Amino acid sequence: MNGPGVESPFKRVAADFAESRLALAGLATLILILIVAIGAPLVSPQNPYNLAQLDIMDSKMAPGGQSLDGMTFWLGSDDQGRDMLSAIFYGLRISLGVGTLATVCALAIGLVVGLVAAWFGGWVEAVIMRLVDLQLSFPSILIALVLLASLGQGVDKIVIALITVQWAYYARTVRGAALVERNKEYIEAATCLALPTHRILFRHLLPNVLPPLIVIATVQVAHAIALEATLSFLGLGMPITSPSLGLLIANGFTHLMSGKYWISLYPGLALLITIVSINLVGDQLRDVLNPRLQK
Amino acid sequence: MLVFIIRRILQSVIALLVMSVLIFVGVFAIGNPIDILINPQADQAEIARATAALGLDKPMWVQYWDFLRHALAGDLGRSFSHNIPAVQLIFERMPATLELALCAMLFAILLGIPLGLVAGMKPDAWFSKTIMAGSILGFSLPTFWVGLMLIMLFSVSLGWLPSTGRGNTTLLFGVPVSFLSWDGVTHLMMPALNLALFKLSLLIRLTRAGTREAMLQDYVKFARAKGLPMRRIVGVHVLKNILIPIVTVIGLEFGSVIAFAIVTETIFAWPGMGKLLIDSINVLDRPVIVAYVLIIVGMFVFINLLVDILYSLLDPRVRLAEARA
Amino acid sequence: MIARLLSAFALLAICFSSITIASAAELVVGLGADVTSIDPHSNNAAPNNSIAEQIFNKLIENDARQNQKPGLAESWRTVDDLTWEFKLRRGVKFHDGSDFTAADVAFSIERPTILSSPGGFTIFTRSIVEKTIVDPYTIRLKTATPYPNLPTDMSGLIIVSSKAAKGATSADFDSGKATIGTGPWKFVRYVKGDRIELARNDNYWGTKPAWDKVTFRLITSDPSRIAALLSGDVQMIEVIPPADYAKLKNNKDIAIFTTVSNRMIHLHLDSSRDKSPFITDRAGKPLEKNPFKDARVRKAFSKAINRNAIVERVMEGLAIPAGQLMPAGFFGESPNLKPESFDAEGAKKLLAEAGYPDGFGITLHGPNNRYVNDDQIVQAVAQMLSRIGIATKVETLPMSVYVSRANKLEFSAALLGWGVSTGEATYPLRSLVATYNRDKGFGTWNWGRYSNPQMDALLEQGLATVDNPRREKLLQQATDLVINDYGIIPLHYQVNTWAARKGLAYTPRTDERTYAHEVRQAP
Repeated sequence: MNGPGVESPFKRVAADFAESRLALAGLATLILILIVAIGAPLVSPQNPYNLAQLDIMDSKMAPGGQSLDGMTFWLGSDDQGRDMLSAIFYGLRISLGVGTLATVCALAIGLVVGLVAAWFGGWVEAVIMRLVDLQLSFPSILIALVLLASLGQGVDKIVIALITVQWAYYARTVRGAALVERNKEYIEAATCLALPTHRILFRHLLPNVLPPLIVIATVQVAHAIALEATLSFLGLGMPITSPSLGLLIANGFTHLMSGKYWISLYPGLALLITIVSINLVGDQLRDVLNPRLQK
Repeated sequence: MLVFIIRRILQSVIALLVMSVLIFVGVFAIGNPIDILINPQADQAEIARATAALGLDKPMWVQYWDFLRHALAGDLGRSFSHNIPAVQLIFERMPATLELALCAMLFAILLGIPLGLVAGMKPDAWFSKTIMAGSILGFSLPTFWVGLMLIMLFSVSLGWLPSTGRGNTTLLFGVPVSFLSWDGVTHLMMPALNLALFKLSLLIRLTRAGTREAMLQDYVKFARAKGLPMRRIVGVHVLKNILIPIVTVIGLEFGSVIAFAIVTETIFAWPGMGKLLIDSINVLDRPVIVAYVLIIVGMFVFINLLVDILYSLLDPRVRLAEARA
Repeated sequence: MIARLLSAFALLAICFSSITIASAAELVVGLGADVTSIDPHSNNAAPNNSIAEQIFNKLIENDARQNQKPGLAESWRTVDDLTWEFKLRRGVKFHDGSDFTAADVAFSIERPTILSSPGGFTIFTRSIVEKTIVDPYTIRLKTATPYPNLPTDMSGLIIVSSKAAKGATSADFDSGKATIGTGPWKFVRYVKGDRIELARNDNYWGTKPAWDKVTFRLITSDPSRIAALLSGDVQMIEVIPPADYAKLKNNKDIAIFTTVSNRMIHLHLDSSRDKSPFITDRAGKPLEKNPFKDARVRKAFSKAINRNAIVERVMEGLAIPAGQLMPAGFFGESPNLKPESFDAEGAKKLLAEAGYPDGFGITLHGPNNRYVNDDQIVQAVAQMLSRIGIATKVETLPMSVYVSRANKLEFSAALLGWGVSTGEATYPLRSLVATYNRDKGFGTWNWGRYSNPQMDALLEQGLATVDNPRREKLLQQATDLVINDYGIIPLHYQVNTWAARKGLAYTPRTDERTYAHEVRQAP
């Protein structure tokens, strides 16, 4: 198909993407972060989740301090004697995993439910949208607490809690956008052609309601991570012995006024850098991929 | 229109019923309120007495039925720990939260939409990039962290603003409000900013994305070719076309701001409903939790109704008859 | 633009500072926990009682070390084994000017029984079977069995005005309508979740407060409360988080007041069941046998814990290693007991003797929002246990979830804090370590279901002995038995803390109360 002078779509996207140096820098940082997160057990000086490796006598050491058995805490240690650097590496892994997984699942559920509601209307829509209303008004802290009490503590429960909290949000946004789109000519045309419903929904309607959603989704990955941090802050998050980035920040919260800045500041910085790079990449990708922005 | 609204109200009643069942079961799953409310000096006999006094010894469905009967008579129960009617308790705390939420939302809208428009019209300019980079900061740090940082900066280091609390209130139509006195305003500023930050970032980004697309549409090109002033093109044509997703999100966010200002209210010791909810959840004050969530559901249903009506005003293609839900 | 913004802020700062310069006679205090009601008989929770006790009085008051001292009763004695007589203080007036008499006492003993609320005050009144008003300033209270703790109960029950509180609801107290007391402060205003304002009672029968007015602000977030103190929004706060202690101590503008708390942090070990839910072998397979039935294993756990390290590192010095149920100076405290010394080798040896040379696996449970640094303590203990070969996991939960599960005995090892609000030993012995018995009201919080019939007998004897020295002896013996059998593993006593702007003085209290009338200008 590629005639002379016509680039492959992939090359075109790559070239467009590379137009922004900022986005490139973001991509490089993101790749680095992913490598560190995935390879955390290999690159960390310590396994921060193994209680036997920690010593309370090493706690709250300032950056550069030495542990009793001679290890250097480059970014200091937390109140259990965890090496902050190792804890951040491991925490990145959990936070990124939890944030992405929860957002992707919630987005998928929200998309399907929202499209179905907008397309079919009638009682289907009524039921779905009232369900959404219910979900949105159920305090996320209460959901997390009920899950914690009935299912126990753990990463999987946090993901479930985050999905439960977020899907309705997408569903409502998708429905709003789809209501507008379904009255446009191209959908009418598709309907006239008697295309199967699922084809109209997912091949025609979906791509057109996606752009505003992607904006929300990139923000929501960050939001999911921050929400997880907030749940941890309220004591409803990750198990305390395997801290995520959010839990590290929440733990450090008590030290913010005490001058032991490193316990909260470095995890905060790590989170900030991660989210900024995700969004730099996300923003550029969205602009590049959006056909309507092509001149 | 009228049929639409009536149908929505009927649906909402069912929603409220479902919700009340969910909360009842949920609070049961969390734990036994007596366990945490009782004074530790109480022995088994005293615990049994207190359990019976609050009706917690009956089977769950009987308790629910009792609740329902009273609720239909307008009584949502009495707070375990405050020992006054739950509804009264919530309405006492509501003005503080509503004021905070309104301020935060106004802040986000008045700042977010113009900044987003600017960033969307000139996407490659340095100020647009600054705006976008700044907006990332708004949602990447947890609210509690930013809140405390604000306090440290503006209260402890600079001494410009009071650290916590609501300060003096003035009665406006019998409702205590802060924004009428200078003391109140200074107390309001930081928590409102803290609460607005995430919404602000979201609005900037949504508006920018919408504007960028709209600017390339034919109607804008046509309007420009006709020589319409830029101000009119953006203010009327572009804005109208990008408002649908923005209105949805504002509606959603306003609801969530009111409902879940928990963290901001805790950090800033703001005496609103969010603080009440977290305190009530901590002691499993079930009547308050149930009443709170039912009131919030009612509010969400109302806001969503408003949003749907706004849709039809903004975009005549969406007719209410179709947006039955 | 920026310059203009800055000048606007400067202007704002000036306006603001002119507002906050409070008159010297006004005190603003930041409290660390929510006050849910002003009704002194509705919810028996410490934050509520702390406020009520400043507006109202009790027959018997507690001093800063929880020793009883005359309050509205000038003296009390036993007429016979079943009857107590209280002589009331004369000339005491309620805030509305009416006289305080025995009728008010009788009314106040009656009121808790007719209110339906969860954390009620009937625990203080239920032993009383008969009240006789001998004359307006003498009242006799009769109990069914000999009951030496009646004065202790009366030091918990607040006396309200029989006139103002007749038929009053909790809402009437919140609004101030029924809030007519005899205490050092008069009620001015209560804004739920925000503040309580009180004004000096110029006709107070005791030492009058040094301030015209006091405002208690409810600031439950720890760092925010510290910030409020540092920025000068409040002049005094209670509960300094350990993390901020060192820095505050070095702050020249801040004075700190500390004393040992009546609250002891300890572990319950599941010591009576044959199988325990969270005990496994090292690989994680459930263990058929419960090692905690063997006192040597419990002793090994106690020895493995380095209490000094917890105090120094986790609590930043704001705790005292504990060796029994109550700190020194409380009634029934045993002179024979010391905190267990840290000895990891000895602990390993004990485990080997008990048949667990390679240790086993366990999950420690604890709350994460109840006691000072509770989740950190559980983690630190887990670290120490893993050093003697116990494969330890940690699960910390919000108190609302935790306490219900613990009461259902779902845990194998659980952390609890016990504030001895009565100031004497029958209370912790009865609640924490006596054999569980519904009829006697024993072992209500005995999460380990520890049982020692010999100890139970001593305690029962102590509960029925009115003679103080003899009772003290019995309680000490009971305590020795429990601790030496490792029926409970004490970790530390908390330290109560207050911080104030320089120039203020406060006598720190073991009972965690923050009394504005005891705040003075430093000499």
